[in-house]
Order: sequence, then C-alpha cells, then structure tokens
Amino acid sequence: MPLVKDGAPIVDPYVKVEDDAALPDGPVLVSAARLAAEGEAVFAGNRPVGVAWPNDRDVAELAPHLPRLSLVALAFPKFRDGRAYSQARLLRERLGFTGELRATGDVLFDQLLMMTRAGFTAFEVKKAADAAAFGGALASYSIFYQPAADGRTTVREARAAAAAPAPVRVAAKG
Amino acid sequence: MYVYDEFDSAFLAQRVAEFRGQVGRRLDGALTEEEFKPLRLMNGVYLQLHAYMLRVCIPYGTLSAAQLRRLAFVARRYDRGYGHFTTRQNIQYNWIKLSELPDAMAALAEVGIHGIQTSGNCIRNTTTDPFAGATPDEIEDPRLYAEIIRQWSTLHPEFTYLPRKFKIAITASKHDRAAVRVHDVGLRLHRRDGKTGFEVMVGGGLGRSPYIGKTIREFLPEEDLLSYLEAILRTYNLGGRRDNIYKARIKIQVHELGVEAFAKKVEDEWAQIRDGALRLDADAIDAVRGHFVSPDFDTLEDRPAALVAALADPAFARWHENAVEPHKVPGHAIVTLSLKPVGGPPGDATADQMDVIADLADQHAYGEIRVAHEQNLILPHVRQKDLPALWAKLKAIGVATTNVGLVTDIISCPGLDYCSLANTRSIPIAQRITERFADDARIKDIGRLHVNISGCINACGHHHVGHIGILGVEKKDQEFFQIMLGGKANAKARLGEILGPAIPESEIVDVVERLVETYLELRTSPGETFIAAVQRLGIEPFKERAYAPR
Amino acid sequence: MTSPLQKKLKIHGPTVVTANRLADGVVVWLTAAGGWSQSLAEASVVHTPEEVQHLLDVAHQDENTAVGAYMATVGVDAAGVPHPATMREKIRVAGPTIAMPGVS
Repeated sequence: MPLVKDGAPIVDPYVKVEDDAALPDGPVLVSAARLAAEGEAVFAGNRPVGVAWPNDRDVAELAPHLPRLSLVALAFPKFRDGRAYSQARLLRERLGFTGELRATGDVLFDQLLMMTRAGFTAFEVKKAADAAAFGGALASYSIFYQPAADGRTTVREARAAAAAPAPVRVAAKG
Repeated sequence: MYVYDEFDSAFLAQRVAEFRGQVGRRLDGALTEEEFKPLRLMNGVYLQLHAYMLRVCIPYGTLSAAQLRRLAFVARRYDRGYGHFTTRQNIQYNWIKLSELPDAMAALAEVGIHGIQTSGNCIRNTTTDPFAGATPDEIEDPRLYAEIIRQWSTLHPEFTYLPRKFKIAITASKHDRAAVRVHDVGLRLHRRDGKTGFEVMVGGGLGRSPYIGKTIREFLPEEDLLSYLEAILRTYNLGGRRDNIYKARIKIQVHELGVEAFAKKVEDEWAQIRDGALRLDADAIDAVRGHFVSPDFDTLEDRPAALVAALADPAFARWHENAVEPHKVPGHAIVTLSLKPVGGPPGDATADQMDVIADLADQHAYGEIRVAHEQNLILPHVRQKDLPALWAKLKAIGVATTNVGLVTDIISCPGLDYCSLANTRSIPIAQRITERFADDARIKDIGRLHVNISGCINACGHHHVGHIGILGVEKKDQEFFQIMLGGKANAKARLGEILGPAIPESEIVDVVERLVETYLELRTSPGETFIAAVQRLGIEPFKERAYAPR
Repeated sequence: MTSPLQKKLKIHGPTVVTANRLADGVVVWLTAAGGWSQSLAEASVVHTPEEVQHLLDVAHQDENTAVGAYMATVGVDAAGVPHPATMREKIRVAGPTIAMPGVS
C-alpha cells in the first residue's frame, strides 16, 4: 500500500510490531492496547513511536502520551465510516498533536482532501493510481466554507479580505 | 434572495468539475460502484427503477425566475419535460442519464443551483418556511440562518461520512411551516431580552422509527449557532450507531442515551469550541445578510379597487380565500400555486408550466418563487392589484385548483412508479382521492385536512404526520395500505395512531371517504377541523366506521 | 456482491437476472450469452439456484456495464417467453402506471 506523506510518496519507516513481540530499534507502530498496557515502557530508548488508534475509542485518552508520540494512525475500516475525521480534528485542534497523523484502511482519492482538511498529513492510499494523483485530489477545490484543522483560508475570511483594501488571497496552498 | 458571489460560483464550478471527473472514472472502471455510489449520492444522484434520478437542491425553497427557467431547461434537455417537487423543497428529475449528468449540473451551476448534499450520509440542505421574508408573522427572515448553515455544512470535512443522513430545519414564526420537530435538528428562532436566538430540538424524524424532536436548549444565542451545531454533529459522528442502518439516525442515539445525557455530551463539547472560529459575531452575520437582496417593494395599498372589484366574481373570490395569504408589506400578498390538480401526480410540474410561472413571477411578483414542503409552489410577493390577472394566467396552466390545505392537497412520495425502495405505488392513490373529492364545494365544507401518502416505511410522504396518513405495504405482491389518524407536523407536532389492519388497494379511497364522512357527521360545527375532531373523539369512532361491514 | 459463504439462494420458479445499465440507468436483463438486453424476452431464464447464482456471478463481474444486479421471478408463456411476475418488475418493464405530466 503506497504511503504518501506531506504530498510525496515515501517508504514507511515505521515497523508494525505485534503486541507480544519485542520492540526493535528504529521507528515502531504499536497498538492502542499495548500503549495502554505498557505505557512508559514503549517509549524507552530513543526510537520514534507511533500508535494505531481505533475509531471507536476516545482520543482524549491519548493526551498524556502525545508529547512523545511521533505518529498517530487513525482507521477508516470503510471509507464511509467517518469517525476518524472527528478524531483527527480533536487531536490537532484540541489536543495540540503536531506529529504525523496517518489515515489507514479504505483510503481513496475522493476523500483525500477532506482528510487533509481534518488534519491528516500521511495517507496509506489503497490504490497506486490514487497515490500518483495525490496532488490533483488536493487541487480540486480552492474554496472552503468552514474552518477545520488545516488552516486553509475560509470563504468568510476571504470575503472579509476582499472587502478590505488589502490584496485577496482566495485559497491556501495545498 | 441570497445572491451567490464569485466565491460561491467558483465553488460550484469546482464541484461540477470534480463530479465530471468522478463520472468519467466510474464509466472507465477506475471507480467501483461501491466507491462511486456515495459520491453520486452526495451530488443528488440516485439510481431508481427506470433510470437515474437527480435531486436538485432549492436552498431553503427560494428560487429566482431565472433559476426556475433553468430548471425547465434541464427538464426539457436532459429529462422528459417535467420535474417533481419534494417535501424537502427540492426538485427531482426522473429520467436522467449518468453520462449527461455533468452537463446538466453545469447548466444548473451557471445560475447558482446544484444537487450538493441532497442525498448521502451528510448534512442535507437546510429547509425553512416557504413564506420566509414575506409573512407578517415571522420574527426575522430565517433564510439568513439557513444560508449560514448551508455555507458551514457544505463539504464539511468532518461531517461528510456520518452514520446516516442529517436534516436541519428552521422556523422563525409562530406558525411552523417547516415541520421542525420532525427533523434531526429543528431550530425555532425567537427573541429573549432583545437578543435573537434559537430553541434547539434534536432527534425528530419519521421513517421506520418516528420520533418528535426533543428540546435540548431553550435559547441558543445566534452567535453560537454554528459552534453548537458542530458540537451536536461531532457528538453524533463519534457516537451514532454504525452497526445497523436502521438505528443510525441521531434520533436513535438520543433515544438510547436519553435526552439529558445526550444534551450533556453536546454541552460539554460545545463548552470547548464556543469561543472558537465558528463564533458568529455581528459582522459575520451582517456579511451574509448583505448577500440577501430584498425586493424593492412598491408603495401600495391593501385591497386596491381592482382586487375589490374582482372579488365580486365568486370563482375568483373562492381562489383568493383559498390560495392567497397576507403579506408583511401593504398592497402585497403571498400566493400558493397548487401542484395538486384533480387526477394529477402531486408535486409535478412540466417545463412549460415552470416557464410560465417564471414569467408570471417576473411580471407580478418581483421575480421570486418558493417551494413549499407540501409540494406546491409559492409566489411570495404578489402585488394585490395584479391578483385577478395572475389568477387567470395560473388557471390557464392548471395551477389554480382551490384545494390548498384541503383534502386533495395531498403530500405523496413518488412510490413504486419510480422509486426502487418503494413497496407500493402512492401517486395513483393520491390521484384517485383527488378524483373522489373533485367537488370544490365539498372539499371547502370538509375544510383543513392533510392527507399524506408514503409507498414504504421510509416515509418520504410523511404519513406519520398527516391528519390522515397512508402507508403502503406489500403482501404477496398485492398492495395494501395502513392508515394513521391524527398526526400533525406543526408546532404541536404529533404522530398519528394506526387505525387498524391494512386495507386493500381497491378499498383505500372508500375508507378515506368514510373517515371524512365520519368527521362531517361528528364534528360539533363546521368550525371544528378534522384534526380537532380526531383529537376530541380519539380514533375509535373512525375505526368503527372505517371497518364496518358494508 | 456474492461470496462463497453465502447461503444457497431461494428461488420461486423461473428466474432472470436484471440490473440497470451504468451509463444511462436503462433497465436491462442478462442474456444467455452473458450480455445485457433491454428486452426481457431475450433474458436467460433459469430454473435452479445454481444457475441463478451463476448468472449473478456473471452480472457482478460486469458492474462496469450494468449495476445493482438482482434476480427476479418471471412467468413463462407456452412459447417459453418470459413476462414479469411481480408488480415491481411489471413497472420496470412497462414504465410508470400513471400518465406522465405533459403527455396526454
């Protein structure tokens, strides 16, 4: 499954570690259960740690760990199951998470922009063609009606700017 | 009317381009049907029995003459020359080709209309009072807030893949013409200590588990409208059921949690975001208000001589009494155009009728048209002196039947004649009821009576809130109809009670007539309406006679 | 979508497989040759659950031509020509039972 991060394809540096396996050196991705069970222990050593967080569990539980987590992977079991959009916004806007926020599961072209707006920065894209067309997905709109986690200029802000003498910037950078 | 600016227009063009790409990828196989279906639904595109159906949004029921003409054009060019107005103030085309849909949408987008979020598990178009901006009994024009909600909810990145669809309705007058208590969220605008705000109701809805919405906040200041809605939607998106499509609406979440616990979750969430970017300060509200262009009303007097003279004609007077309502501006009136001709499909209009109505709106009504959830059209701002001329022209195109609010002003879903979900037909039942009650003096005597028909449990015909509700059920490939009595959709909304066993199709019109006759016999006076009589008597006397052997 | 784990189909007499054509939504029936026809008369009429399952599998493989495939019971006349057996299918064959607006 191709991984796109910050708009470019990358090789996933994180190793998914089973709950009963020893943690290898280098970046690891552990389950929510392991994080809950082992707590501090998973952060021992200097490796970057990511957690795969299910979409039916409150992300507020992650708060104490966030400063040391470098990756949170949220799940879209089906692309129609949109709980992780709310989780992403809460992680970014309320809990202040600034690390990699990764969309996993049924991640398709037509949802990439929405995911980006919700605060995702990395995407395990299901189809290779969609990964290749990533930039196009983000460029499909320049008009955004509501504030979200991505900081794109909203229509309300753009209208206010247009009414003022300053030059207008309609869209944010993708 | 709200006038789209360059931002809205650019957005619509981008939406059409995106959909054109999606259709292209579906036709060449890059998208599977499973992947494509939610995308087309969010543009209002269904696959029905015979063809694709396009549901076009008419935001808060307001159309300009130019937009109505464009709807007529699309009906002619891409469909079969007619459209169907729905209970959610939308219009549906029944015979659209997927391959032509992007062109049809581009034609609509040029005049600022679209099918965005008229289906799918997202926030649907916000509906409101069709008399908004015209009726003397409103506190404020609710369309301002409907438009603010439209902008916030359009392609909302967090709330586009909800557990299920989500419908919001607003009313701003003491007569609720928007049925706010049977929506996922109902908003009733009112004032407290000089401030504008909303009573917030959640968890109403019809369908297979009907509920009346419950109030979770008596007064929400207008500046908090969007943050509060965002809190409700977030609570629903994270906690609504996704394991069972029939239990996925917010009404089930509210019911299972209990309204107090649900309200607490919303309030807790809201406390964290109320002072954030969604706060609507006065400037933000005024900015949207500034996009609404109100007609430059002529200075006229009420009851001008031309009107008084015309009222001498009993036929005109009858129409005037039935279809014309007071306006907030002297010398003007609100006129309802009945799309319920005797023997016709409720809510349908031909392209030719739409063109004429657009012209009449320009000539007599400042170019504005409304769609009512009762599936009629409305000219909200007619000069009273023009009423006689207007009436003659409306009669000529068959939209001046004097049955507004009466037994033959039937709300009906498309039913099995078009819909792939339906169990039975509903339009032919409506047609036969209108034929049975074709006599104008008789329906006038019967008075206010709402008959609502749905061809399946999904309740698009709002049968639970009809004074007489009719629900089609299929048994061994035969059509039967269950009757509900005593429902209503207004400010004191309540659900009807099931009268008894379902009735065969061949007898349903007779039974409706018996219910009406029972009412006529038992009412205390002609002043006691059907619904008042049902509430006073209960359903028993009606049941007895409906099922009495003949 | 069908899966091998799916319960055996129940059929109620002669059966066809029908769908709507992707590009325009027109009602179509699966033919014996594995194509789609706008005429029910040309549909492949089968009589066993295995045959129906086979037709459904063929139909689901072809979702880029026709979508929403499902089986429908039909009647068959003396000459072997199928006709719709249910109200829903009758309406799909013949169109709405009501006059369309503007058409007299």
